[in-house]
Amino acid sequence: MPPPEVRRSIKRSAVSDQQRRRELALLRQTQQRSDSQNRARRLASSVFTLSSSSSSDLILPDKDILTRAADSEEHEAHLDESVAPARELNVVQASKLKGREARQWFARQLMLPEWMIDIPPKLDRDWYVFARPAGNRCFVVSSNGTTISRLRNGSVLHHFPSSLPNGSRTRDSSGPASSYCVLDCIFHEPDQTYYVIDMVCWRDYSLYDCTAEFRFFWLNSKLAESGACNSPSTYHRYRFSVVPIYDCNQAGLHAAYSTSMPYTKDGVLFFNKHAHYQTGNTPLALVWKDNYCSQYFLDTDSQGLVPTQQQVVLEMQEDGKLTTSDDPPVVFGSLEVDFIQKSEFRAGNLLRFAIKDESVRVVDGKLELGDLQFISKSNRARAFADSYSKVFFQYAARHSPLKIEDIAASILPNLPDDSPIVDVEMGS
Amino acid sequence: MEVTQILLNAQAVDAAVRKHAEESLKQFEEQNLPVFLLSLSNELANHEKPVDSRKLAGLILKNALDSKEQLRKTELVQRWLSLDVSVKSQVKSCLLQTLSSPVPDARSTASQVIAKIAGIELPQKQWPELITSLLSNIHQLQPHVKQATLETLGYICEEVSPQVVDQDQVNKILTAVVQGMNASEGSADVRLAATRALYNALGFSQTNFSNDMERDYIMRVVCEATLSPDVKIRQAAFECLVAISSTYYDKLASYMQDIFNITSKAVREDEEPVGLQAIEFWSSICDEEIDILDEYGGDFTADSDVPCYYFIKQALPALVPMLLETLLKQEEDQDQDEGAWNLAMAGGTCLGLVARTVGDDIVPLVMPFIQENITKPEWRQREAATYAFGSILEGPSPDKLIPVVNVALNFMLTALMKDPNNHVKDTTAWTLGRIFEFLHGSTLETSVITNENCQQILTVLLQSMKDVPNVAEKACGALYFLAQGYEDSPGSPLSPYFQDIIQSLLNVTHRDDAGESRLRTAAYETLNEVVRTSTDETAPVVTQLLPVIMLELHQTLETQKLSSDDREKQNELQGLLCGCLQVIIQKLGASETTKYAFMQYADQIMELFLRVFACRNATVHEEAMLAIGAVAYAVGGNFLKYMQGFYPYLEMGLQNFQEYQVCAITVGVVGDLCRALEEKILPYCDGIMTQLLKNLSSSQLHRSVKPPIFSCLGDIALAIGENFEKYLIYSMPMLQSAAELSSHAVATDNEMLDYANQLRNGILEAYSGILQGFKNCPKAQLLVPYVPHILQFLDKLYNEKDMDDAVMKTAVGVLGDLADTLGTHASTLMNQSVASIEFLEECLSSDDPSIKESAEWAKMAISRAVSV
Repeated sequence: MPPPEVRRSIKRSAVSDQQRRRELALLRQTQQRSDSQNRARRLASSVFTLSSSSSSDLILPDKDILTRAADSEEHEAHLDESVAPARELNVVQASKLKGREARQWFARQLMLPEWMIDIPPKLDRDWYVFARPAGNRCFVVSSNGTTISRLRNGSVLHHFPSSLPNGSRTRDSSGPASSYCVLDCIFHEPDQTYYVIDMVCWRDYSLYDCTAEFRFFWLNSKLAESGACNSPSTYHRYRFSVVPIYDCNQAGLHAAYSTSMPYTKDGVLFFNKHAHYQTGNTPLALVWKDNYCSQYFLDTDSQGLVPTQQQVVLEMQEDGKLTTSDDPPVVFGSLEVDFIQKSEFRAGNLLRFAIKDESVRVVDGKLELGDLQFISKSNRARAFADSYSKVFFQYAARHSPLKIEDIAASILPNLPDDSPIVDVEMGS
Repeated sequence: MEVTQILLNAQAVDAAVRKHAEESLKQFEEQNLPVFLLSLSNELANHEKPVDSRKLAGLILKNALDSKEQLRKTELVQRWLSLDVSVKSQVKSCLLQTLSSPVPDARSTASQVIAKIAGIELPQKQWPELITSLLSNIHQLQPHVKQATLETLGYICEEVSPQVVDQDQVNKILTAVVQGMNASEGSADVRLAATRALYNALGFSQTNFSNDMERDYIMRVVCEATLSPDVKIRQAAFECLVAISSTYYDKLASYMQDIFNITSKAVREDEEPVGLQAIEFWSSICDEEIDILDEYGGDFTADSDVPCYYFIKQALPALVPMLLETLLKQEEDQDQDEGAWNLAMAGGTCLGLVARTVGDDIVPLVMPFIQENITKPEWRQREAATYAFGSILEGPSPDKLIPVVNVALNFMLTALMKDPNNHVKDTTAWTLGRIFEFLHGSTLETSVITNENCQQILTVLLQSMKDVPNVAEKACGALYFLAQGYEDSPGSPLSPYFQDIIQSLLNVTHRDDAGESRLRTAAYETLNEVVRTSTDETAPVVTQLLPVIMLELHQTLETQKLSSDDREKQNELQGLLCGCLQVIIQKLGASETTKYAFMQYADQIMELFLRVFACRNATVHEEAMLAIGAVAYAVGGNFLKYMQGFYPYLEMGLQNFQEYQVCAITVGVVGDLCRALEEKILPYCDGIMTQLLKNLSSSQLHRSVKPPIFSCLGDIALAIGENFEKYLIYSMPMLQSAAELSSHAVATDNEMLDYANQLRNGILEAYSGILQGFKNCPKAQLLVPYVPHILQFLDKLYNEKDMDDAVMKTAVGVLGDLADTLGTHASTLMNQSVASIEFLEECLSSDDPSIKESAEWAKMAISRAVSV
């Protein structure tokens, strides 16, 4: 007599091996589907626009970009545009670049705030403010079990193990071995700490096209989780820390400007909440300083002294024009052809000039420098000419600086019927 | 020729006559259905016709109303409903008339046909007078008519769902049935028919079981029927008790003492079929309590729909001795007969369920029995003791069992080598397997196996694999679990003996008697498990195994001109070999170093598989197909060179509706090919897509294949990117209507809900693949018109609140994909959907890390999109 349909003898095995093979195959397929899906999701999106869907909007195969990145100098002028949509793919590949190529690549990756020469509208509603730690801006990439920080000019500052994702050769159970992250930091010498002022990529997820609001939210929720804020140890040589970020209302501005921070301040940074992380100069991030909040209010020369005359560094173009680092560049003067021939300067050279105060004019809100007195070729470590806003800010600093009171005055005190604004005090 | 003669000819010994008659009947049915049905029902009702023609007439009528195939069944139902009313009522009246025929076969056939018609008409609110007319004068009927009427009521209850019948009619049916079961009923035939009818009517009796008086009455009658002098009535009554135990578990408390007494008497004294049902009652109670306790999940405050009454725990002191007694009632040859089922086997199976229900409490109740019997000279006692031990190894905690097992292990190993009785050895090897299954492995804090005793265990098992087939089969099973316990543990103590283990298993597969007791199958299954769980240290041996198995497969293909019996065996062997190759390929393909070793054989292996396909046996087909998925995974883009040869079989697999497992596996392989070939699969996509879309719209294909087909659309889209454009107009409407169907699915039961969720997951995976496939190309705008529907689907899913975790993860991923690929075009619409934002928030705070991860990604993608 056979057993009833519902009852299986305890001595007979429950699952046939064939069924098991089917299930295991299914499991493998599900896993691989999910892997492919995740790979696709990590590819950068260049969200198409119906109006202007031109091919230049499209992502380039990453190999092309790499070849370009490592390519000769003339191509590099175009690097910025072509790299832009796909850069997050290439941080890891670029980190394999060596020497000059690497420096040139990385020198273009930071978002550079303009100097505040006038106060943007809706500062209180659309902006964050925080105290800038004194120190070197750098781009920190963790990948392949190591962490590398590079200065503004692209040169390596430190090569070290860290608790950032895949930042050291310990077994990181929290992510795949290929994972990486990219942070925008300031290295603060006195306490040997990297203060993270922005998050660019985290565990392979690109944040370039995210708003500052989101990036700061992500930064605050993810950095501490990784253990990067812990004290230094064998596999974590430098401490990372977030800086307190405030909504730019009266209280926030006051906190950023006057409250004491665990670090030495060097001015105040303003970030537009809605702005993406844009490489190069941007008016959606602003730096402002005065003598109270910075030791470096006025530019110093190579001896560390404030020169009597304001100095500027400009880039010489093919036709002898002297321009700022802005895009498009602003022309502040030009060199005579015979002077160029005598000096053997080439296009792209950075040259230092002194400005005669009396020849400077502001026409329709635009700065014109007039006479430029050549001093020398710029320090070789420099990667860029001064920006227009920097020149203007330095000029204003010597004559009629924008004061903290002016900024504070532009922010309306909270009206009683406004919904109460709670400070987003991130990372404190 | 008149119909009687045709019906008789259709049962003729002469095949030619039979065939001719069958064809005539078929023609008749096709040419004039109403007359055909009338002739058959007249034949069945006519007392003057021979029994054989009447019976067949009834059977053909039944087949004209119902089919196992769902599509055919729907056709037949429609066909009957559209018949002329007068034809239908004539047929019905003939059938009802037949119920009073003195010929039992005619009555019984008529009962079944009536039930089939009821199954079609009652849900349509037709034939409302049926039940009333059956019951109208049941008390005045002659016994044989009463019996036929009760039988008909039983079949009707089996055929229609309870919702279709009014409570008023249910009451009448139950009254008639229970009265028919009563001891005062003079006819045994009537009592048996009533008891069997009750079995089917139990599902209708929800209301009556909630009424104490009615329930008491029904239970009393059922319990009395278990004491009937007629063995068939006793058996049918116990079958009712088994059905009641699972349908009305929560209403049994006050009857348990009586039921224990009845079952215990039946197990000890009654005939075997009755005793087996009595044991089944307790097994069924165990099933219920295991399910309930499972839902409690160890947390007694957790809600279960039904509370646990702990019947087993309460009955334990009496129940366990009763079951232990049954273990001594073995049959001589039960171990050689795969289909065997007797008191000892049912008792051991029940004991195992009891152990799973009560856990530790069973150990002290069984140990004395084991100790007393395990060394007795009589084999039945030794076997029963071992069987009892093996049965209780799942359920009690390792803490409770490990000390006992540590003492018993050596004894068992010796018994397996030295016991003179094959049954004892069989059960001993099985018990060792259970020990390794439940008390060995990396999940346990302490294993009963140490590096020291492992070698001894292995020696005994390998030796025992040379024993008689049934013992060797159990030894293979034990080795299976021994290997499984060392899964992913480097430095496994099996590694040094790996070569020996493989060789011993191969030797088993070559035994002349390997066809008995499924020994060959067990040996390959164990070989597969040994390979699956092997570590890097033994990778070279696995690599060497590959050409060995390939050679064996090659040999099966060389043998020609086999008898049909031999061919079947050959096919089975090819299936086992393809399965084994699949496991080896998957193992070697999983690591970069061994993958290279496999690549050398890829060409040859593909050639073999294509030859296996050419044999066209469905089971082999499936195994080879599974193996090819593993090849594609291992060789990646290089698979392109096999595509031309393989494609025809791929298409055949996709067309195999009959063996839907084959179809499902082929669909999975298409996914493997997409990932392996990426855009290089494009030339084959027209053919594949045509077939997949055909399958989706077919009502003949088993429904379980449809969710994987949807996922597969996503795989294809992801592989070929914007080239998927031309398939959009076909696949998007299908996805939309399936989405609607799955979100409206009134999930009445868990099975329906599971299916709805599988369907949803497939649909969402398709959307993900399509969205990601179109990312970064201008044609992505083609997807914009579909966004509102996708968002509506997500909204509905969110509002229904019945999606499972897998769907939740995929769904939140699709939300991200929409934003990632379509940017503001999606985010603007998303802002209008409250549910999607709430849904995202809910997923962000999920405890499931994979849902959370998807949600975080989606949040980022959306944040990018809204800020563009």
